[in-house]
Amino acid sequence: MTWEAVIGIETHVELLTRSKMFCGCPTDFGAEPNRNVCPVCLGLPGALPVPNEKAIEWTIALGVALGCSIAPRSVFHRKNYFYADLPKNYQISQYDLPLCSGGHLDVDAGAGVRRVGITRVHLEEDTGKSTHLGAGGRIQEAVATLLDFNRSGIPLLEAVSEPDIRTPDEARAYAQELRGIVLALGISDARLEEGSMRFDANVSLRPLGATAFGTKVEVKNMNSLRSLQRALAHEIERQGKILDGGGAVAQETRHWDEEAGRTRAGRSKEESSDYRYFTEPDLMPLVVDDTTVGRIRAGLPELPAARRGRYVASGVEENAARTLVAGGLADLFDRAVTAGASARGAANWLTGEVTAHLNRTDGDTAALALDAAGLAELVAMVEGGELSSTAAKDVLIAVLAGEGTPRAVAGARDLLQVSDEGAIATLVTAVLAEHPAEVARVVAGEEKLVGFLVGKVMRAGGGKADPKVVDRLVRKQTRR
Amino acid sequence: MDSADLSIAGAGARLRSGELTAVDLLTAVRRRASMTEAILHAYLTIDHEGALVAAEAADAALARGEDRGPLHGIPIALKDNMVTRGIETTCSSRILAGYRPPYDATVVERLKDAGAVIFGKTNLDEFAMGSSTENSAYGPTLNPWDPDRVPGGSSGGSAAAVAVGSAFGALGSDTGGSIRQPGSLTGTVGMKPTYGLVSRYGLIAFASSLDQIGPITRTVDDSVTMFEAIAGHDPSDATSYRGRVPEVRPGLDAGVKGLKIGIVRELSGEGTAPDVAASFRRTLDALAGAGAEIRELSLPSTEHALSAYYLIAPAECSANLARFDGVRYGPRIGGRNVEEMMSATRRDGFGPEVTRRILLGTYALSAGYYDAFYGQAQKVRTLVVEDFRRAYAEVDVLVTPTSPTTAFAVGEKANDPLAMYLSDICTIPSNLSGDPAISVPCGLDSSGLPIGFQVLAPALGEGVMFRTARVVEELSGFTARPALATSEGAV
Repeated sequence: MTWEAVIGIETHVELLTRSKMFCGCPTDFGAEPNRNVCPVCLGLPGALPVPNEKAIEWTIALGVALGCSIAPRSVFHRKNYFYADLPKNYQISQYDLPLCSGGHLDVDAGAGVRRVGITRVHLEEDTGKSTHLGAGGRIQEAVATLLDFNRSGIPLLEAVSEPDIRTPDEARAYAQELRGIVLALGISDARLEEGSMRFDANVSLRPLGATAFGTKVEVKNMNSLRSLQRALAHEIERQGKILDGGGAVAQETRHWDEEAGRTRAGRSKEESSDYRYFTEPDLMPLVVDDTTVGRIRAGLPELPAARRGRYVASGVEENAARTLVAGGLADLFDRAVTAGASARGAANWLTGEVTAHLNRTDGDTAALALDAAGLAELVAMVEGGELSSTAAKDVLIAVLAGEGTPRAVAGARDLLQVSDEGAIATLVTAVLAEHPAEVARVVAGEEKLVGFLVGKVMRAGGGKADPKVVDRLVRKQTRR
Repeated sequence: MDSADLSIAGAGARLRSGELTAVDLLTAVRRRASMTEAILHAYLTIDHEGALVAAEAADAALARGEDRGPLHGIPIALKDNMVTRGIETTCSSRILAGYRPPYDATVVERLKDAGAVIFGKTNLDEFAMGSSTENSAYGPTLNPWDPDRVPGGSSGGSAAAVAVGSAFGALGSDTGGSIRQPGSLTGTVGMKPTYGLVSRYGLIAFASSLDQIGPITRTVDDSVTMFEAIAGHDPSDATSYRGRVPEVRPGLDAGVKGLKIGIVRELSGEGTAPDVAASFRRTLDALAGAGAEIRELSLPSTEHALSAYYLIAPAECSANLARFDGVRYGPRIGGRNVEEMMSATRRDGFGPEVTRRILLGTYALSAGYYDAFYGQAQKVRTLVVEDFRRAYAEVDVLVTPTSPTTAFAVGEKANDPLAMYLSDICTIPSNLSGDPAISVPCGLDSSGLPIGFQVLAPALGEGVMFRTARVVEELSGFTARPALATSEGAV
């Protein structure tokens, strides 16, 4: 049987607002435990929530960016469940009247653009953080549990996709595109490894061509795009084997174990929960007027898809455009172009050597030693014939290592190319005079010896003469 | 006259004339408390030290010419479900035994800003759930008119303290009548403001969409004074009203001439004790004599209001009380894991009525029951709101007896929750609609127990409500004092 995977993704994004969702506590990451707390986010008796307007605006911004309709009136609900790091033992969330609904996101995993529906985008509050002391780091075997409420009440946006995704590659492309939009909007730092952006996937299999859904499994705990892809590939394989063997997939939550490379069943208890949602009586319905939505829409920055389109139109290849935007290099690219670099040239260096450098050093684009002026200078030097591509690569590596500007590095290392035609012509004349026999054979039509002569000239010039100019002048001077 | 029996206005006048000091006023309520508390148990905590410091500061300020207004130097009591920084706040529950909040409720801040002296924290039915103040983990409060009877509830401690003179005024909270019914049963003035006019920040929630803080005083004038001190927008409460607080003082003595007063057919007949009905009727006649036009109206939805209330309030309470789990504050009963710890702590910490309502609410919200119970109750609530709107298109205020009976005997309804719930029949509708209402003493029954007359007004109609209440107060000439307040020597 050929199975088709049906995947939907729930994405949680911690918003980078200065204060928490329902109180004035700061949201900075890494503070000493239980420092960023107050009666509201600790769930003390009598405390009441007051919604963070910025978080609401940012959620609307993502909704608009995803083509959602924005509810003129939405409602916060209480989601009831008992857990030690949930201070009120209910989470303020949204239920049947979310802020944004009915959008879409176009993704391209290499097999053409596919449209993934966005069911909803809503706003809720994050929980505190439990640290279970003891061997397994799991609550069941813990000797004690430490609670840190710094994270409690941080605004958490949830975006839910339709089950429109079919492959792990598409899932990754979806997650990457969504992350790109979040970053472009500047509403979160979207760091997967720190948990400020988290993906949970619902995945089921069905016979290819079928329309009914199979039994779905929720996969959690993927903290990189790669592990999202791997976890889904594993889960699809696992479910395929069960179904091929005539078995039935159990509806459950499974946790991705990155080291073991497989998913493990979570506690079955989680499945039977009834959250007893009801309207949060401490908050008024959220009323958003058209003017606000219009203002937010008008203030949206250029989104990744539009940016890629602009790059392609300016001569950058599709793949390079994708890498620039997804790799966080687009701003540098834009500034380099403004500083005079050709689009194609800037794109080539950024998607080639600079990306390789970032991968090699696990580096941060913000900490690059290469600035826009430097990149523009490098591109101009190569295109102006001052630097050979081989030399330019060495220069760029040195620049990235913090050795200085491209021109300074090229000068210090004596890598500047001679492209002054007069100087090269003199050199060519001298070398040709030293090799009369070869010159005669070229004149007689033995084309392949041109390369030999060019080589001799290059060597005589210490490798700094522009090979294109040398080639042209050698041909010119051997022509009859 | 003992100065503990003065009204807030009277005490304030003597304070300003130099006849009395704030410390004198404090001494008066302390003496009254020391003579009555052994019987009444109105207070859970008396902050002797803090109150003395505040009273001395009030005197010093006044000596400097700094007058914070009518509550300056006046000893006030707070129902123990309003948090007070550093002072034990228990909601009469074991689950908060020893709990000292790190902050003051907004109303507490406002009272302090107004110069009031916070004297102590009063007893209540646990988490404000009850109508007799018998459901307290720390023992019941008794009625100063007859210590064999209950003072009503859940703000019974506040009402008893004000009635007997161990506070000049007090704050209560009213979710289904918890200020007005004890006001009625203790011969005091109990007022519930329009929902949203008084901040709930720092009020330990029972049912958030119904809870409202309001004053219990000995006169309508004092009620106005306290209302003015605590009302107003609070950015810490998202349900707080953002507009202007209605001005109530200017037209207070304008009388009822030409006012249209409605009586509610469904709330003034069946089940009302004969003495209560008679007193209500007498007051009504007096109002007509004073120039009011009396009309009878029907509010058909009120028949279902009680049932709707007993679904909505427990549903909200089941979530509001979920935070009491032994994790972050309050006593903790150990267990092998966190679930066991939470269960044991909650089982031990909550009394039977609270447990009953949490269970009721949990069921009402459960999958498969939600539509039939909670969903349906919300529809009834909408009908109640619509009924009131229709009524207020015809009349300016509505009036009812506050409670169908006068104070009942201790233990009489303690084991019959339904009978207890019925004592709130006249007060619950205005919590569902969010409208203001006030109970004013209008007479005594044949056993010498006070009877309350309730005035209801549309949202933000505090002006006409107080104005009517003021006339009721004058017409009924209620000057009686509870036995316990006038028999000092004998106690």
